[in-house]
Amino acid sequence: MPPPESTATAAPTLAPRGLAATCVRQVKRELAIARRRGSEWINPLLFQALVIVLFPLGISPEPALLATLAPGLLWVTALLAVLLSLDALFRSDFDDGSLEQMLLSPQPLPALCLAKTFAHWLLTGVPMALIAPLLGLLLSLPAAGVATLMAALLLGSATFSLIGAVGAALTVSLPRGGVLLSLLILPFYIPVLIFGAGAVNAAIAGDPVTAPMALLGAMLALAIAGAPFAIAGALRISVDG
Amino acid sequence: MTVALTGRGLACERDERELLHGLDLDVVDGTLLRIEGPNGSGKTSLLKMLTGQLAPTAGTLSWRGQPLARARADYRTALLYLGHEPGVTTSLTAMENLAWSAALADLCVDAAAIEAALQTVGLYGFEDLPAGQLSAGQRRRIALARLELIPRPLWILDEPFTALDRAGVAWLEQRLLAHRDAGGAVVLTTHHEFAPTACIERLRLGATHAAA
Repeated sequence: MPPPESTATAAPTLAPRGLAATCVRQVKRELAIARRRGSEWINPLLFQALVIVLFPLGISPEPALLATLAPGLLWVTALLAVLLSLDALFRSDFDDGSLEQMLLSPQPLPALCLAKTFAHWLLTGVPMALIAPLLGLLLSLPAAGVATLMAALLLGSATFSLIGAVGAALTVSLPRGGVLLSLLILPFYIPVLIFGAGAVNAAIAGDPVTAPMALLGAMLALAIAGAPFAIAGALRISVDG
Repeated sequence: MTVALTGRGLACERDERELLHGLDLDVVDGTLLRIEGPNGSGKTSLLKMLTGQLAPTAGTLSWRGQPLARARADYRTALLYLGHEPGVTTSLTAMENLAWSAALADLCVDAAAIEAALQTVGLYGFEDLPAGQLSAGQRRRIALARLELIPRPLWILDEPFTALDRAGVAWLEQRLLAHRDAGGAVVLTTHHEFAPTACIERLRLGATHAAA
């Protein structure tokens, strides 16, 4: 079989760059887009912050009551904020044809999807974990739970991003896939929510957090191993239809 | 031979409507194939089938003698596809768009190479503006800069002349012919009429279905 690069137009300066460099470029691209379209990633964070700010006003400013609610509330709002951000994950790429270019790239699509999801996590999960101590303060979260909350959010939100990207890829070709997307992936988020909030509660109570954290890590490992292939498959189905 | 894309008995259905039926085609080195037909006759669907995005409902596609589904990795290193939506992200600059395209194509290009490609398509001085601030024709030119930047033997282009001005149309026509003469292959859909001397192959779709 003849080598593919024997056309007259081939320039001498062009050399293969490898998968890792492509993934780095993909992440940089997503971050550059996010920098110029700020509202897309700030909106979910703002939503979470607003709910947390309004909650004590609506329920009761009683610190003891808020402290019991805090772990669950922080996790539920984080989950909903990720859900909010998911619909936009592949939407603009689908609309402007960039997704087609990704699908036709000689690079393995699961790796590109993983890079894209990693950028999504950098823009939602990581800032969420970083502002969590502040939001915890608003809810009188006991100081013992703060470190666990941040670590659990970092692990859990990465799982959210990976699983959510599968749903986003499946619904990207539907004109209003947002509702379907939420219904589709919510069941898969529930274990993460339970163990995430459980880890924070255990830390506050002074119990060991190894078991729930290990489960969060296991769920993330499973998602990293499987989700990129599911995302790639779902994207191919969406574009084919 | 670097390009050998063969389709036999291709059929395509969309929403239970038969768009194509029993279509044969051969794309080899030096082919410049123009797919013609009225709106809705399946031109874009045919291009999507040829790029492997859409599975034909009947018939076979093969690349260098192997079924396309099995030769996919090899096929994608030979293919440059510009779709109906050209794949230019409006919030990225021309430079960023092309750097990403080159990365997807597994090419290591420096800024100078991208600038040179942009200069060829007449976007010198616009390389650091977000594509959203450019006109539709200029965005199309960003997409066309890939033809300069990414050397691939087979080009599949969906309406590449859309939104281009007269100078752009003349340039692209020359570029396509030059690629063909250099041994490359081009498959495109367009309503643009090539110069009569260009001597291109034509494939007419949908004459019967349009009446049905």
